[in-house]
Amino acid sequence: MLVDRLIPLSPKQPASNGPCFFYLLCILGVLSLLILAVSFFNERISEKLVSSGPVFAGGILVLNIVNIVCGKFALLPVLFFPSLDRIFEVFINDRELLGECVLSSFKLLLYGYAIGGSLGLLTGILIGFNKTFSYWMDPFTKIIGPIPPTSWSPLVLSLFSTSYQAAIFMITLSVWFPITIMTSNGIRNISQAYFEVADTFGAKKLYKILHVGIPAALPSVFLGLFYATTGSFVTLITAEMFGCKLGIGWYLNWQKSMMLYANVYAGLILLALLCNIALKFLFVFREKALNWQKGVIKW
Amino acid sequence: MVGEIKIENVSKSFVNPDKTSVTALENISLNVEAGSFVSLIGPSGCGKTTLLRAISGLGLADEGQIYVDDEPVKGPGADRGFAFQQSNLYPWLTIKENIAFGLKARGIYKEKKSDVDEYIEMVNLKGFENSYPHQLSGGMNQRASLARALVGKPKVLLLDEPLGALDAFTRMNMQDEILKIQHLHSITMIMVTHDVDEAVYLSDRVVIMTPRPAKVEEVIDIQLSRPRARGSQDFIQYRTKILKILNYAGENKEPEYYL
Ligand SMILES: Nc1ncnc2c1ncn2[C@@H]1O[C@H](COP(=O)(O)OP(=O)(O)OP(=O)(O)O)[C@@H](O)[C@H]1O
Ligand SMILES: [Mg+2]
Repeated sequence: MLVDRLIPLSPKQPASNGPCFFYLLCILGVLSLLILAVSFFNERISEKLVSSGPVFAGGILVLNIVNIVCGKFALLPVLFFPSLDRIFEVFINDRELLGECVLSSFKLLLYGYAIGGSLGLLTGILIGFNKTFSYWMDPFTKIIGPIPPTSWSPLVLSLFSTSYQAAIFMITLSVWFPITIMTSNGIRNISQAYFEVADTFGAKKLYKILHVGIPAALPSVFLGLFYATTGSFVTLITAEMFGCKLGIGWYLNWQKSMMLYANVYAGLILLALLCNIALKFLFVFREKALNWQKGVIKW
Repeated sequence: MVGEIKIENVSKSFVNPDKTSVTALENISLNVEAGSFVSLIGPSGCGKTTLLRAISGLGLADEGQIYVDDEPVKGPGADRGFAFQQSNLYPWLTIKENIAFGLKARGIYKEKKSDVDEYIEMVNLKGFENSYPHQLSGGMNQRASLARALVGKPKVLLLDEPLGALDAFTRMNMQDEILKIQHLHSITMIMVTHDVDEAVYLSDRVVIMTPRPAKVEEVIDIQLSRPRARGSQDFIQYRTKILKILNYAGENKEPEYYL
């Protein structure tokens, strides 16, 4: 806060409407004081604070350096490196548009993830368990898989009536591939002994798939979900740049073409935040589903 | 009585990835009466597990035929239980869920719920029902695996060194429990063991096998009344006899077996 308030802004930087970065720092400051207060009464939070304190301090240090280099002394071209105040100002000024963009992107992701995820699981299980299916699907996944989903865009854009559907298709593809591969791989790597145990109890094929194959392959399926999540964000951004009228990718592209780099950075921060929230959800979900793995592998 | 096993001229060999082949079983014939207890004893790596797998249908014989109640064995089935050498518990299921797995697979868990608790108690795992296998010791896992195989009360139970990881006292306890269950439900049991005392204590007949390829060296009827006293004169006589035959059988491959 002191750095931000005491060192004057470089005259080269265009002024912002208000000290938004300072506001952010205030919010962060109050939050950390609150957490500190709570930690005196709560063991768990206190422990967490001790372990994650250095990282937070480091983060603040980086922010300070960025603030001094870009904002205070304007050592880098101001067009490409706007002051932090102006970046965080975007969140206030553009909040409605950004909100709509996030919602639209989120909807796209959700559709793509739902369709691609369930299809991926299905094909993965079929490839893993069914020899004939695996025989015919193998070349298909080998050829389609390595092609970046976004490179389908010219073909897809002419095939689908709206670019929105095209975007869904590309995201679906980017989710489908890693889940299929990791699910089928997971199933193929299951120890034969697990199926033999089920055999000696007279278990039927479907029962073995549901109660041996899937739980045993689940760790691998989750890896696929992680790849799918990160991959789907990359695809999302590219897909939205073609013809979409809303979404974070569209926003980034539009702001870039208008040379408003403060807005681009704001969009990127938002994107990183979204992606991390999605991954966090996945982690929590995994923790529930793979509770048994704690202690078996390095968690 | 059900659970009679006839093994007729069974042979089996394995082909390794480098194209060399290993003959594990050579022309084995053996009859096991319904409801009797038979032990397989022989040098490590001779083919005992291979024979049990052939009976269970997990690894079919190349030649010869195995009949269970005059039905040829064509694949695995719930009538032939198997307690594996490695406990092979499912790591994603708790101990209780593991033990209940076979009942659930057959859709009879609801009626047999109390059995599961009874068998958990029998193998001394009360208090560990909700632990995962990796949280338990090797011997505890082996007991859970034994309970999982017993709780379904198959007409034939194949036991592959089910007590190998246990200390002497727990082992004797488990032997008595196995015998109790066998008599109560008249289950035909075939058990692989390296412990001659265990074989004499449990079995109606002890089958001694030769080093690889496994052939039947000798079958010894143990004519002792039950319950058997481990220290009695007759008991020791049987033990000495079996040890002698084993020694003879392994003469040319001295260091390969352990007892
Ligand atoms: N799947 C397999 N592929 C190749 N060879 C095998 C296979 N299973 C067993 N063998 C070979 O067959 C022989 C008999 O193995 P088996 O497991 O039946 O021995 P065992 O009598 O049970 O030994 P132990 O007392 O050590 O358990 C061994 O030499 C082993 O190398
Ligand atoms: Mg064996």
